[in-house]
Amino acid sequence: MTATSINPLHPHVPHDPDAPILEVQKLSVRYDGHFALENITFHLHAGERVAVVGPNGAGKSTLFKVVSGVLPPSSGEVKISGFGPRGHICIAYVPQRSQVDWRFPASVADVVMMGRIGQIGFFRWPRRKDWDIVHTALEAVDMNTLADRQIGELSGGQQQRTFLARALAQEAQLVLMDEPLNGLDAPSQEAILSLLEKLQHEKITVMVATHDLGQAATHFDRVMLLNQRIIRFGPPHEVLTSENLLHAYSGHAQLIQSVDGLTTLADSCCDGEDENG
Amino acid sequence: MANLLNIFIQPFSYAFMVRGLAASVIVGVVCAVVGVYVVLRGMAFFGDALAHAVLPGVALGYLISGGSRETLFWWALGAAVLVALAVGRVSKHAEIREDTAIGIIFASMFALGIALISTVRSYTVDLSHFLFGDVLGVSSRDLVLTAVFGALILLAIFFFYKEFLVLSFDPVLSATLRLPSSLLNNLLFVLMALTVSVAMQTVGVALMVAMLVTPAATASLLTHRLWQGMLVSACIGAISAVTGLYMSYYFNIVSGSAIVLTATFIFAMVFLFHPRRGLVWKRK
Repeated sequence: MTATSINPLHPHVPHDPDAPILEVQKLSVRYDGHFALENITFHLHAGERVAVVGPNGAGKSTLFKVVSGVLPPSSGEVKISGFGPRGHICIAYVPQRSQVDWRFPASVADVVMMGRIGQIGFFRWPRRKDWDIVHTALEAVDMNTLADRQIGELSGGQQQRTFLARALAQEAQLVLMDEPLNGLDAPSQEAILSLLEKLQHEKITVMVATHDLGQAATHFDRVMLLNQRIIRFGPPHEVLTSENLLHAYSGHAQLIQSVDGLTTLADSCCDGEDENG
Repeated sequence: MANLLNIFIQPFSYAFMVRGLAASVIVGVVCAVVGVYVVLRGMAFFGDALAHAVLPGVALGYLISGGSRETLFWWALGAAVLVALAVGRVSKHAEIREDTAIGIIFASMFALGIALISTVRSYTVDLSHFLFGDVLGVSSRDLVLTAVFGALILLAIFFFYKEFLVLSFDPVLSATLRLPSSLLNNLLFVLMALTVSVAMQTVGVALMVAMLVTPAATASLLTHRLWQGMLVSACIGAISAVTGLYMSYYFNIVSGSAIVLTATFIFAMVFLFHPRRGLVWKRK
């Protein structure tokens, strides 16, 4: 974390460079007596690309909410770079497109600038440097020409890239993306996936919730198979076996053996409203 | 020519009309700016409830001061802030839907207010002033209070612009940036409560929600940026206030109604004849 990304509200948030960027210990979340997440333990290293897969209601969104600090865990702890989540503004959350109010009166540049306000601080306005960072972020996702567009006028892929630019402007070290490829056409999906590669070169860690097991297998370093508990977490070829998938998806999906020997899966439902509990 | 000018100038040869105009313009602008957030966050019902819930506070002050209207502003203020924060708390508990909770609070507070006022024998005149406003009864002291609190509200909206923007657009971002979200939310509620108390004398309780929602909704049809929406909304609020006051003077209409009807007229025109999205063009 650079000196520029110090949160003025909590100016002394320490980062231990040797600690994993994200460390989750014995994390459980309970709603009304039943577990949404149970005893989750894992850690991520800087620059990893991780796909989180699992059936609807597996707790993917809940996990992201706890990691980003929106939802307090019932028990267990989350550490960012070796320290508690308090004060860290280096986590970015890219919401599902269906959860964003696209009619909101904001331009692309406005939305990206929103990522800066943690660094800007109270009672201050964006300075030259902040605008430079916003434009650099927009350039990185190839959206500079659309900076003044109202966000509702964008295509799905452009909307997703706007939020990625916002994560860059935030100088996030850990980017959580909830179903970023949902409802995008193939070229837009490719554009997003290659952007994720770009992030990896800058040592930015990416965690993506997805329904697409094929993409999870081909574009990510590690895959987390989640259904309330972590079923398996490791390299794609070890995790995405028929046996594990049957275990995780029991009753939820059909398994289809594809030609290359990889098990692909048609989930019974996959868009829009994801699990909330 | 002199005659035409006279039509515009003549009403303001009276000091109470000048005060009324100043108060209406301030209220029109403040309501319109705060209203942008009311519209954006789908809080029209909340605004309406807030306005109506002020009534028991005002009634209590009215009874205690024996019918004097000197201190009523402060009673309104206290009641509005209390209700705004109460609704904010209630809506966090998921057992009751937020609109249901607001409906319960809103109607019962309104009933309580009317019950209190009706214990005074000659209540009808004062009640109608509370309900529909009494812009011509604005005293110099009222005007100063309106101006001071109006300025405070606008300053807060200005200084917390980017935080309120994030909070309204993406509460999750607000959480990941570690903004004090519930504090900011409560601040916004309190600003809405202040707005309601400031506007009570001019437009009254019953029509308040129109001043909050109509100019802002009109502006949302015309703009694509939050700050532009606020400027346009403020202009519509001010124009409605001035026009409404003239109509009130010349056609002998209650001023609150005249102001609201002007704002509604502007909304209808924009809704029908918007260059690209107007209803009229869509029909063809």
